[in-house]
Amino acid sequence: MILNKYLRPEVFPTPFCPGCGHGILLQAVLRAIDELSLDINKMVFVSGIGCAAWIPSPHFAADTLHTTHGRPIAFATGIKLFNPSLKVVVISGDGDISAIGGNHLIHAARRNLEITVICANNSIYGMTGGQVGPTTPMRAKTATTPQGNPEPSFDLCGLVRGAGASCIARATVHHTRELIKYIKKAFTHQGFSFIDVISPCFTQFGRRNKEISGASPAEMILNLKKLCVHVKSSDELFTFKQNDKILIGEFVK
Amino acid sequence: MQQFLQGNEACALGAIQAGCRFYAGYPITPSSEIMEKMAEELPKVDGVFVQMEDEIASIGAVIGAAWAGAKAMTATSGPGLTLMLENIGYAIMTETPCVIVDVQRAGPSTGQATKPASSDIMQVRWGASGDYEIIALSPWSVTEMYEMTIQAFNFAETYRIPVFLLADEVLGHLRESTRLHQNIPIIQRPEKTDLPPFGNYADNCATPMPLFGQGRKLSVTGSTHDEWGYRLTQSPSAQARLINRLCNKIRQDLDKISLFETYFLEEDTEILVIAYGFTARGAFTAVKTASQKEAKIGFIRLKTLWPFPEKIFSNLPKAISKIVVPEMNQGQVVREIQRFTNCQVIPYNKTDGTVISAKEILEKVNDIK
Repeated sequence: MILNKYLRPEVFPTPFCPGCGHGILLQAVLRAIDELSLDINKMVFVSGIGCAAWIPSPHFAADTLHTTHGRPIAFATGIKLFNPSLKVVVISGDGDISAIGGNHLIHAARRNLEITVICANNSIYGMTGGQVGPTTPMRAKTATTPQGNPEPSFDLCGLVRGAGASCIARATVHHTRELIKYIKKAFTHQGFSFIDVISPCFTQFGRRNKEISGASPAEMILNLKKLCVHVKSSDELFTFKQNDKILIGEFVK
Repeated sequence: MQQFLQGNEACALGAIQAGCRFYAGYPITPSSEIMEKMAEELPKVDGVFVQMEDEIASIGAVIGAAWAGAKAMTATSGPGLTLMLENIGYAIMTETPCVIVDVQRAGPSTGQATKPASSDIMQVRWGASGDYEIIALSPWSVTEMYEMTIQAFNFAETYRIPVFLLADEVLGHLRESTRLHQNIPIIQRPEKTDLPPFGNYADNCATPMPLFGQGRKLSVTGSTHDEWGYRLTQSPSAQARLINRLCNKIRQDLDKISLFETYFLEEDTEILVIAYGFTARGAFTAVKTASQKEAKIGFIRLKTLWPFPEKIFSNLPKAISKIVVPEMNQGQVVREIQRFTNCQVIPYNKTDGTVISAKEILEKVNDIK
């Protein structure tokens, strides 16, 4: 396979569960790199803690920095500021990036630091056993909201837009062509770029919420198609409201 | 070069002299002048300064910059250090060289932000999770704020470890005539290395620090790993082997790291005063005064607090029966001393946010004579 040159063959198979979207995202990132002919030796992949943090580390045959929980953007800031010739990419989960690490996300966007943050968003804490996160939909059942999540969920694209990000997109692992297109756009953007990638977790989210996710891992991925609405103009990513739907599209200033 | 300088300024100048080219920090009294001086000095040497959103981000950026090739530093005070501890544990585990200056103030919590203390001695030793060794230095003068900052960078590079400089509010803000030696040897990082990135297990030591962007495909992780950075989170032998090496690389070099100075120590010395940091100034004056009055008294100043200079006790005059330990805390280093000696160890503690004067120490010594 053409992507083998970007991978460490000795670490496969991946640790991801059946139906996890992170493997698709892993491939989408590498396809974007390949299609842009980027030199992976001049890229650094920074991740935090959680399932998503394992997308680059150890799978990518590149410099990878697997950091502490919530802090990859802070570490990435030091790398990028000291050596701006490196392309610095953060790949981490929604809990890591928007809960414990939310402050760093806001400030990297505000600084318009030229890094790409890819948030692998499965709307739950997967690795620790399926606890509710800030991205968990309201009413969804999790290990810590057995009666249903009483809190509204976080719109991460809206958050980074408010903080000043200049290149924002939301995609899902079902919409791989758009996903690769958005990653390529982020990699070539001058300034801070953010992609919220909806990546299902059947093991921790789906099996507790079959009325939303469907009965199986495969159905959960197919369901993404029904759950998503493509926004037509970039502003609609933030203004268009449709209950219980996921808005996908891009916003570039 | 002789200058009239503040302790915090001298620390920043020492960092620049040591080759520090990255600083990330967050304002906190009484350390902020270090950050302000670095903001002024770093652009002059093509270095990078950034004020981060909090202390957690500051030490994170420092570690990131270190992997991008920088000698990097941050400075803070007790509460900020508390926020940094998880990432300091990460620096220990990933063997990332960096320097952390803690200009200590009276705590716990917000405490008295403008008043001195020596109460973070145990926080730097044990604050992060897990088992590890750490290096912490304790300056007593503005000149030493400069020299020990350079020493801290040299230790950080040699052992690939975060090194603490434990100053306190009084020393940070003290202004005195300062010698800025220009010829202190500086340990440089190699431009390129092909050795395994994480340790030499044959000699229990660190390997040279590699850099991102050189095609080495480095796998850096805070999880347990082998010498190539591969994560091994289930193997008992991998965990044991890594922790033993991380500790032994420091323990086997105590003679080079655990530094102290002795004053007025004679064969018939009966009373010993051991002090460190700003308190050592008062202790020195007190012992000097007492010894001039023919008291059989000596003084040891700890320059390194961690690893504790236990070698002191292998060669002490036999006549010593009492050891006085003045500290601006409720008794932190004194317990280390008790671990290594059968002498009567007498603490003198002060936690009212004021320094311990020579007069107080002299009175204490006269009390126990």
